[in-house]
Amino acid sequence: MSKITGNEIIHQYLRHNKKFPHVLCAGCGHGIVLGTLIRSIHSLGIPKDDVVVVAGIGCSGRLAVYVDFNTVHTTHGRALTFATGIKMANPKLNVIALMGDGDALSIGGNHLIHAARRNIGVTALVLNNNIYGMTGGQSSPATPEGSVTMTNPYGQLDRSFDTVELAKGAGANYVARGTVFHVNRLEKIMTEAIGRPGFSLVEAITPCHTQFGRKNKYKSSVDMYKWLKSTAMSVDRYNELPEEKRGDRLPIGVFVDRDRPGFEEVYYAMQADFLKPTVKGGK
Amino acid sequence: MPRRKKRTEIFALGNEAVAEGALLAGCTFYGGYPITPSTEVMEIMANRLPKTEGGVFIQLEDEIASMGAVIGASLAGRKAMTATSGPGFSLMQENLGYAIMAETPMVLVNVMRGGPSTGLPTCPAQGDVQQARWGTHGDHPIIVLSASNVQECLDMTITAFNMAEKYRTPVILLLDEVTSHTREKIELPNPGEFEVFSRTVPSMPPEWYKPYEETVRGVPPMPPVGSGYRFHVTGLTHDRNGFPTQRPEEVVELMDRIHRKIDQFFYDIQLVEEIQTEDAEICVIAYGCVARSAELAVHQARQNGVKAGLLKLKTLFPYPRRHTEKVLAHAKTLIVPEMNMGQMSREVKRVTMGNAAVRTINRVDGQIVTPSEILKVIMQG
Ligand SMILES: Cc1ncc(C[n+]2csc(CCOP(=O)(O)OP(=O)(O)O)c2C)c(N)n1
Ligand code: SF4
Repeated sequence: MSKITGNEIIHQYLRHNKKFPHVLCAGCGHGIVLGTLIRSIHSLGIPKDDVVVVAGIGCSGRLAVYVDFNTVHTTHGRALTFATGIKMANPKLNVIALMGDGDALSIGGNHLIHAARRNIGVTALVLNNNIYGMTGGQSSPATPEGSVTMTNPYGQLDRSFDTVELAKGAGANYVARGTVFHVNRLEKIMTEAIGRPGFSLVEAITPCHTQFGRKNKYKSSVDMYKWLKSTAMSVDRYNELPEEKRGDRLPIGVFVDRDRPGFEEVYYAMQADFLKPTVKGGK
Repeated sequence: MPRRKKRTEIFALGNEAVAEGALLAGCTFYGGYPITPSTEVMEIMANRLPKTEGGVFIQLEDEIASMGAVIGASLAGRKAMTATSGPGFSLMQENLGYAIMAETPMVLVNVMRGGPSTGLPTCPAQGDVQQARWGTHGDHPIIVLSASNVQECLDMTITAFNMAEKYRTPVILLLDEVTSHTREKIELPNPGEFEVFSRTVPSMPPEWYKPYEETVRGVPPMPPVGSGYRFHVTGLTHDRNGFPTQRPEEVVELMDRIHRKIDQFFYDIQLVEEIQTEDAEICVIAYGCVARSAELAVHQARQNGVKAGLLKLKTLFPYPRRHTEKVLAHAKTLIVPEMNMGQMSREVKRVTMGNAAVRTINRVDGQIVTPSEILKVIMQG
């Protein structure tokens, strides 16, 4: 029996009746993230019908249209709110919220905080390309200080947001970061994240060469992948580095891993208590 | 003849009646954020839903999240609702448009209070009438219902759920602070005494299903997410398969259908109560708590020998055009009293097309329009 290739797996999950080609630029990392998501779901053996991909708005948001799951393309920043409703309504579903950095951290920042705090059983995938891709390269909260964008032609003045620290602080059950250069590791954490109860967040660093790279010293998408390769390092090694040597190295790996029950589980347990038939009379 | 089972009578606030109506209509999901004067709806749902089989109550971080969660729950097959007031209603508008575009049933209760902005938080007003019609962006049909007493709060909430499910659309129940905070004796209908409509689910095998296909009523069947029918839901203009499209003929087909599915059912959707309108030469058109003042004014006018009538609007949008046209057969004057600067009188004028004088009575001081104010204008002719 011949071995199933990665592509063959992916083809089982794409919507061939959807008019391809897709909207992504050549070299965009978003497609790689989608590939890891598909392989994670495949390796977990979750039936397509039990998966709901809830996406926000942006290049990242468009990914939902291509995959043959239940897919909901919501409003900008609100993916987690729709996901919360779906999960509460039917806790058996595996709900994955797919968001850009603008989506998740800026317009949707409050929802991210509260989804994590509430510990709703949703997997949040933040595709961080440090920029607003779809609208043409404006600053996002994740744009590194000093970088040039359409709305920061003189360099980003405010500090860049740390998604992982935010999710940790807000109380997420599982928090990890990966990059599209380190694909296997990204797939591994994504698989873990989907399998965990409660709220889990995976930040995937994914280069946007078109809108971010060109303006910021990366001539091609290859340059951006090289940058990912050279800046990312495992969080354990990062933690051992003395403060002054850390520079702009990017820790990747798992930052939080707990297994507190999700909000929906706690809620339905409370309900089961209410609905317990009261024993009348006894024997 | 079988004896009708005696109905339970309760003494309830308008907002309590809304919650009771929702539960009777089969609502099993409430997502919301507190705001005066709508909060009691939320508090009652917080109490009741967790004790109801499968019932979900969740307090969200804001009204935007509330709408998102309610839409998500509805996609997953629940009858879902939220309640709010002016400032929260404004925040819900973007997702309201989404619910219209993605044809997601839900009930949104807006108990109006004085505005603009935080305005007169605890004072009655009817300032959100046009926001309910046009608050979200783009061209779209909408169903907006109203109630003028506590019994109607219950009945119209059930109607709102039924219409939402029947037409696959969000339905807005627009109330005012006076109606919501009035306490009156009402009757709870017994099960079986009223219609409970639930959305049509597809019967064909999943491979055959096209989520936004044309149907006789213009309303495609809607399976719950996760039931084996996998499709794409989006706020983007989409084709029959649910995929985004910008092809003019597909755009027009979708827009036509979502308008038509509401417009053509005016007999079912446009609800009014006609009080002494048959021969009325002067007709008051009113809704919400103002309709109660108007009813008294009309009775007093009749006692004074004036042929006055009241067209009480229970549906505000689509505006009950045909009922107004009927009144115009003999009415020379229409009087539209409102607790705003004239948001509904615009509709009345639009439909009247100069065939009768339209006189307005407007209050925006947080006070209700009284019967004597209306009577005075009726007596002026
Ligand atoms: C309420 C609202 N505001 C603004 C926009 C415009 N808009 C569309 S995509 C986008 C940003 C997308 O950036 P990001 O979330 O980082 O995703 P990316 O495209 O980079 O994947 C914005 C601001 C919108 N659609 N809705
Ligand atoms: S603009 Fe950037 S994020 Fe969007 S598809 Fe192109 S490379 Fe990807």
